[in-house]
Amino acid sequence: MTTATAAAKTMTQAWQHLCTRDDLVPHSGIAAWVETHEGPAQVAIFYIPGQEQELYAIDHHDPIAGANVIARGIIGDLKGQQVVASPLYKQHYRLGDGQCLENPGLRLRTWPVCFKGEAVMIQA
Amino acid sequence: MNTLESNTINPDKQHLIIIGNGMVGHHLVEQLVARGATSRYTITVFGEERHLAYDRVHLSEYFSGRDAESLALSTAEYYAEHGIALRLHESVTAIDRDSAEVVTEQGRYAYDRIVLATGSYPFVPPIPGNDRAGCLVYRTLEDLDEIRAAAEDAATGVVVGGGLLGLEAANALRGLELETAVVEFAPRLMPMQVDSEGGELLREKIQSLGVQVLTERATQRIEDGEASRHRMVFQDDKVLEADLIVFSAGIRPRDELARACALEMGERGGVVIDDQCLTSDPAILAVGEVALWNNSIFGLVAPGYQMARAAADTLMCDALEGDAERFQGADMSTKLKLLGVDVGSIGDAHGDRTPGARMFRYLDPLKQQYRKLVVSSDGKRLVGAMLVGDNSVYDSLMQYYANRIDLPDDPASLILPSSQGAPALGPDALPDTAMICSCHNVSKGDVCASIDAGAGDLAAIKGDTRASTGCGGCAALLKSVVDHELESRGVEVDHSICEHFAHTRQELYDIVRVEGIKTFSELMRTHGADSSHGLGCDICKPAVASILASCFNEPITDAAHVGLQDTNDTFMANMQKNGTYSVVPRIAGGEITPDKLVVLGQVAQKFDLYTKITGGQRIDLFGARLEDLPAIWGELIDAGFETGHAYGKSLRTVKSCVGSTWCRYGVQDSVGMAIRLENRYKGLRSPHKIKFGVSGCTRECAEAQSKDIGVIATDNGWNLYVCGNGGMRPRHAELFATDLDDDALFQTIDRFLMFYVRTADRLQRTSVWRENLEGGLDYLKEVIIDDSLGLGAELESQMQGVVDSYECEWANAISDPEKLKRFRSFVNDSRPDPDIIFTSERGQLRPA
Ligand code: SRM
Ligand SMILES: Cc1cc2nc3c(=O)[nH]c(=O)nc-3n(C[C@H](O)[C@H](O)[C@H](O)COP(=O)(O)OP(=O)(O)OC[C@H]3O[C@@H](n4cnc5c(N)ncnc54)[C@H](O)[C@@H]3O)c2cc1C
Ligand code: SF4
Ligand code: FES
Repeated sequence: MTTATAAAKTMTQAWQHLCTRDDLVPHSGIAAWVETHEGPAQVAIFYIPGQEQELYAIDHHDPIAGANVIARGIIGDLKGQQVVASPLYKQHYRLGDGQCLENPGLRLRTWPVCFKGEAVMIQA
Repeated sequence: MNTLESNTINPDKQHLIIIGNGMVGHHLVEQLVARGATSRYTITVFGEERHLAYDRVHLSEYFSGRDAESLALSTAEYYAEHGIALRLHESVTAIDRDSAEVVTEQGRYAYDRIVLATGSYPFVPPIPGNDRAGCLVYRTLEDLDEIRAAAEDAATGVVVGGGLLGLEAANALRGLELETAVVEFAPRLMPMQVDSEGGELLREKIQSLGVQVLTERATQRIEDGEASRHRMVFQDDKVLEADLIVFSAGIRPRDELARACALEMGERGGVVIDDQCLTSDPAILAVGEVALWNNSIFGLVAPGYQMARAAADTLMCDALEGDAERFQGADMSTKLKLLGVDVGSIGDAHGDRTPGARMFRYLDPLKQQYRKLVVSSDGKRLVGAMLVGDNSVYDSLMQYYANRIDLPDDPASLILPSSQGAPALGPDALPDTAMICSCHNVSKGDVCASIDAGAGDLAAIKGDTRASTGCGGCAALLKSVVDHELESRGVEVDHSICEHFAHTRQELYDIVRVEGIKTFSELMRTHGADSSHGLGCDICKPAVASILASCFNEPITDAAHVGLQDTNDTFMANMQKNGTYSVVPRIAGGEITPDKLVVLGQVAQKFDLYTKITGGQRIDLFGARLEDLPAIWGELIDAGFETGHAYGKSLRTVKSCVGSTWCRYGVQDSVGMAIRLENRYKGLRSPHKIKFGVSGCTRECAEAQSKDIGVIATDNGWNLYVCGNGGMRPRHAELFATDLDDDALFQTIDRFLMFYVRTADRLQRTSVWRENLEGGLDYLKEVIIDDSLGLGAELESQMQGVVDSYECEWANAISDPEKLKRFRSFVNDSRPDPDIIFTSERGQLRPA
């Protein structure tokens, strides 16, 4: 069983092409579809040029509002942690690991993303 | 397979089974996790409901837009992460104490310890016919689904029981648009909380909301109705017909498991527990509404949480360093708003449990307010209180009561109208033991300790103590204590806009204007706080965006500004609860040609939008998908429309009445003036939204005196009113200048608005700004009319600059392909978001 899972993981957790740098909006977010091992998911991509980590991928689904809107939130930093504020009810989610700052029981999924030349690649 | 995993035997660990995943059961899990209990116990939780623990206290919000997910108190991931097996939709059917096993329909599970957290069920009186279809209860999400379904083809509803939950259920039925009645067995509503005078007042108030109230009615039977589905027959053979009946006649503990395994029970039910929440079998504990402590059941969540803490300590007893918490009873004081009516009850509210108690009563039949104090026989202590119609004194009375603070010499002053100068109890008067947050058991001493340990602001203290993160009822009290304690420690209470700028909004405005700073990044670089990490946040970014727009009026969607905007400004439309947007074109003064009306209808038909006339005399088109916005606006702009800024902190509408052109009383052309005003100030970005009204005579059909700027025609010109507000706290506008001619009117408004833009706080309407303005209206008149600061010309020219640089933001955006890229739901797929689902209602669509 262990081997099977491991194989499945490596198979689905591959780097996928998502979009190009041109599709991104600096200092803001866009949304995209991505295939994950749990099925298709809507992902929000935030682009913060000039920062140590420039790209983040986080769930686009806002679990509190029940709507797909996270990419349309304002990004910022609180006490040094990079966050996005849900545009509907303003909870803050840490970009790095999806943790909701207001609700310890809530965490959005996150995925590794990077640039490969002009392409935006995601591992899911 | 799951079973195997969760029950994998770890010889070092004991098996703890929690029966019931309600509010208290879940709080217990959190408390156990906090105490590291997962390394000592293998924990399994059984929940009968399909849903993970949710916020039952706010259950009714399920009817006003919240869904199950947002009411949830936690997530399955949280349980998984801590290795706690959560078995929802699996009821425990028996506890076998001989074999130490818990039995469900799916299997048997060995236990070392059990916690019963099974809560209670709604009591349905044994009336013949109580099981007819459409006779329901009000306790779970599923109950509410059933009520909603049954209400669909019902016109009338009855709630049996006029207590706290009954009235909440009645409100829900009213919200479902049923004609609603409440039937109560006792002579008054809420017999537990109020006396006959309070009950009478409550009845009047609730009846005036259109809910019929029948007291002293014992239902004998329910049978087929004539006009409606059911007919209730009362003791005097009177009848009441209804399509839907909700029973809310009290709750009973769900103690059947305990009874069947012969634990000690109370006479009228409930599992007997001691201070450690142990039942008569020390392997079994009980918490929440199923537990009976000192002969009492506690039907509120705060005492349940206290029990959960005590039980967690008991389960971790020998591992604890400090003293284990014990349950020592709880206060049943409550502050409620039922059908919009305030009801408060503190301690011995009836005064029948305190020998020699003395009562003070105050009744205002006009304002419909009733307040009663119950004072100890020596007049020193408050032992109880009752409030109907106004809870504003609840917090301070609660402090007198809970902290046994000496009453003033004249206790009645506490409940007399405030014109008499009732002494407010400031935060400094509270002892350290004063309870601030009863949900999380936080006293004033805890708040002080948190400050002394380094927490320097409200957010840090909330994170540290969890105060004010439960029911939220203590938010105002917490803030006043925190502010007071910080100030008394010489900490200057910080008026900075946020952690990124050590400045107020006014200061930032001056910096931007004087130094000519044109972007957020430049402002951050030159004036950001030392501690700031440079990105900003959802407080300072929109505030600075608004300041930049007031000063320079560059399009808000320009690349340098777009990341600063709230989502509504980014997409120039208002986001609705399902992620779609509303579109509101400007209809200046409310005047619209038939041709333009036709276009609005055609656009709505083409893009399948819900249409509604707004409260601001224009037409709102709802349900637009992000990717359709540019096409919708393309058609609107072609037809001559421009953006209405319904999304911006900016000028909204200028409401007008028809005026002298048509109306036999009109003395000036109010529509013409409204259109000129709207066209002059449209696009002005400001600390908060701005609304105008223009009426053609003193009959005031445009309600100008409820607006930020109100203009009323006179025989000689225009009277100008300022700083009115509708909304949450209505305020009449004040007369500012009389008989102005057109030019003087524009000049005065130019100066007034620019002065407001310069000096107000973020999100401060003109009304609140005016109330905080030192010197008040007289000062404002000096600055604006007498030009005492010599600012007049500058304010006017600044306004002229904004007017001259006006450009319709939508027209600007749709001519720019770079900006339009933003209006895609997904960058790698052109299909619409499949999670946006509509149904139809009254012939139009609405979010499902
Ligand atoms: C559409 C409309 C209701 C309607 O169907 O009639 C409406 C809808 C909203 N109002 Fe309103 N208000 C609407 C007229 C009003 C009025 C009536 C009026 O303008 O004459 C008032 C009271 C008058 C006043 O403002 O003084 C009003 C007082 C509020 C308030 C409370 C403001 C206050 O100072 O207390 C808010 C909340 C806020 O702004 O913080 C609010 C906020 C909102 C928001 C923005 C809530 C939100 O954040 O989603 C709603 C967004 C609507 C949308 O998506 O388009 N709305 N709102 C009305 C739009 C008018 C228009 O044509 O632009
Ligand atoms: C509409 C409404 C409004 C309220 N408003 C307030 C308020 O304003 N303030 C306030 O303090 N309180 C309020 N309450 C009361 C508050 O919700 C309760 O005090 C609280 O929920 C009690 O928590 P509990 O865990 O003991 O019981 P519950 O929350 O009822 O949880 C018990 C759970 O155990 C499950 N269960 C029962 N038997 C079994 C079994 N054999 N096997 C498995 N699972 C089982 C049940 O299905 C249930 O999910 C309100 C209640 C309602 C219904
Ligand atoms: S009153 Fe205004 S803000 Fe409240 S729900 Fe209605 S439209 Fe929305
Ligand atoms: S009293 Fe409920 S959150 Fe503080």
